[in-house]
Amino acid sequence: MNIDAFWIILTGALVAICCSLLGCFLILRRMAMVGDAISHAVLPGIVLAFLFSGSREVWTMLIGAALLGVACTFLIEFFHKKANVSADASIGVTFTWLFALGIILISVFAGKVDLDQDCVLYGEIAYVPLDLWLTQSGLNLGPRTVWILGGVLVVLLLFISLFYKQLYLTSFDPAFAAAIGLSTTLWYYLLMGAVSLTTVAAFESVGAILVVALMVGPPATAYLLTDDLKKMLLLSAVAGIIASAAGYYLALWLNGSVAGAISAVIGIEFLLAFVFSPSHGLLSRRRQLMPVANG
Amino acid sequence: MIQHVTEPVLEVHDVTVSYQRKPVLWDVDLTLPSQALVGIIGPNGAGKSTLIKAIMGLLPLNSGYVELFGKSLKEVRHRVSYVPQRESVDWDFPASALDVAMMGTYGQLGLFKRPGARERKLAMEALEKVGMQDYANRQISQLSGGQQQRVFLSRALAQDADLYLMDEPFAGVDIATETAIIELLRQMRETGKTVVVVHHDLQSAQDYFDWTILLNMRLVASGPTHETLTPDLLEKTYGGRLTELSKVSELLHKKNFPIRETKPVRK
Repeated sequence: MNIDAFWIILTGALVAICCSLLGCFLILRRMAMVGDAISHAVLPGIVLAFLFSGSREVWTMLIGAALLGVACTFLIEFFHKKANVSADASIGVTFTWLFALGIILISVFAGKVDLDQDCVLYGEIAYVPLDLWLTQSGLNLGPRTVWILGGVLVVLLLFISLFYKQLYLTSFDPAFAAAIGLSTTLWYYLLMGAVSLTTVAAFESVGAILVVALMVGPPATAYLLTDDLKKMLLLSAVAGIIASAAGYYLALWLNGSVAGAISAVIGIEFLLAFVFSPSHGLLSRRRQLMPVANG
Repeated sequence: MIQHVTEPVLEVHDVTVSYQRKPVLWDVDLTLPSQALVGIIGPNGAGKSTLIKAIMGLLPLNSGYVELFGKSLKEVRHRVSYVPQRESVDWDFPASALDVAMMGTYGQLGLFKRPGARERKLAMEALEKVGMQDYANRQISQLSGGQQQRVFLSRALAQDADLYLMDEPFAGVDIATETAIIELLRQMRETGKTVVVVHHDLQSAQDYFDWTILLNMRLVASGPTHETLTPDLLEKTYGGRLTELSKVSELLHKKNFPIRETKPVRK
């Protein structure tokens, strides 16, 4: 394995862990598509941050995008609660509109913005090893993306391990959580903030579509394999890591897109779990339904 | 017939609640004695669950206030326990019966502390009280409706509160579970707790409760059961001939669907 392959797989794995951990909570709250919404809605944030600061400095973009991500979840809730639009319709309207706004901004300021739609949607994970972080003295610390994603992962791990019980309870039974004094709104927005942060950090390298795939696929796979949330988080991270490594080699073999290959592997993982899962799989359920044939 | 008590456990003062400008509770004013088993009775859509949610601060009040033990909810939250309707949660959630029971201890853990051995022990004791100790590690989707309801009760027991507010704990449970639950509630009353239960079966209400609240958007009655469950007041609550109709439809419902297993509808 050469060093470039190592960095690409590591980047994919870091994105996979971040997305799949958060995705577990999203699918349990039946909000899987919120990840989709945020990953698209951050686009105008990135463009605006770029226009205002005039640089592709990572931090300004992260902030701009994170703000838009949270604003997007706020709008979704707002339309859902105030206008009585169903949650899925509210998600659909909000993020397509925000994404369109981003596209318009890019096309209007095409000359000034060094961004294009393809990059936003599909990312360029293969270019990760090119954007290196060099210190003043010229020391090579590896790709910049890896450091950013590593930082996000540390934040997420702290967030989930410190506040596991709050996230668990507000996802399972918000009414009871509120009754014992937990603010369900606060934990909702903290979770959405974490999703925004992850999406933004991940999307430059892997693109919006792979973020969605990683946020829904591995958690859905893990959901079929276990009945314990802690194991589900672990399995989902493992499924994500396997997908990013296998996806890289699949892309190499096919000479195709890495992000596409990773998504494809995620789909295959889900199908395998769907058929072979010991508890929820198609085969085991069929076995349970079969009459016991002993005379 | 609205009877007030001195030194009430719960005081609901002139409370009005509405959903999108449509009033659901109108000027409800009542007090409850301590060490009582209280039933909230009324037709569908009468605002029974809304009353409990309003007491727990889960809905904004348009007017009035609620006091528990003479204080605001914030000051005495640890002394109050809420049991939501069983259908309000997703029972396919990756959690075991013990996990759910343990949630009852979360309120006292503070922001960072994780549940440990002590909390596990409390939760196990609570499961034992409802006879679910053998199912502690069972995934909650694999439990029957009655067992799920018992797990919900065990979570409330693990809180070790003084006032319990339960939303339809008898909905969709079998007779054996209903008997076991009411026995447990009676024991709780003996140890000085107050239990408030949303209920819609008039027949059993007479035996179960020593204090009854009759509700139909407005408060019709609140007082000792033998004084409130009178044909006159019931007619007022259910609206004349509707009494018979709702009784008949309720009976039909029970015959046709003894256990109603409905998937939770999430917005």
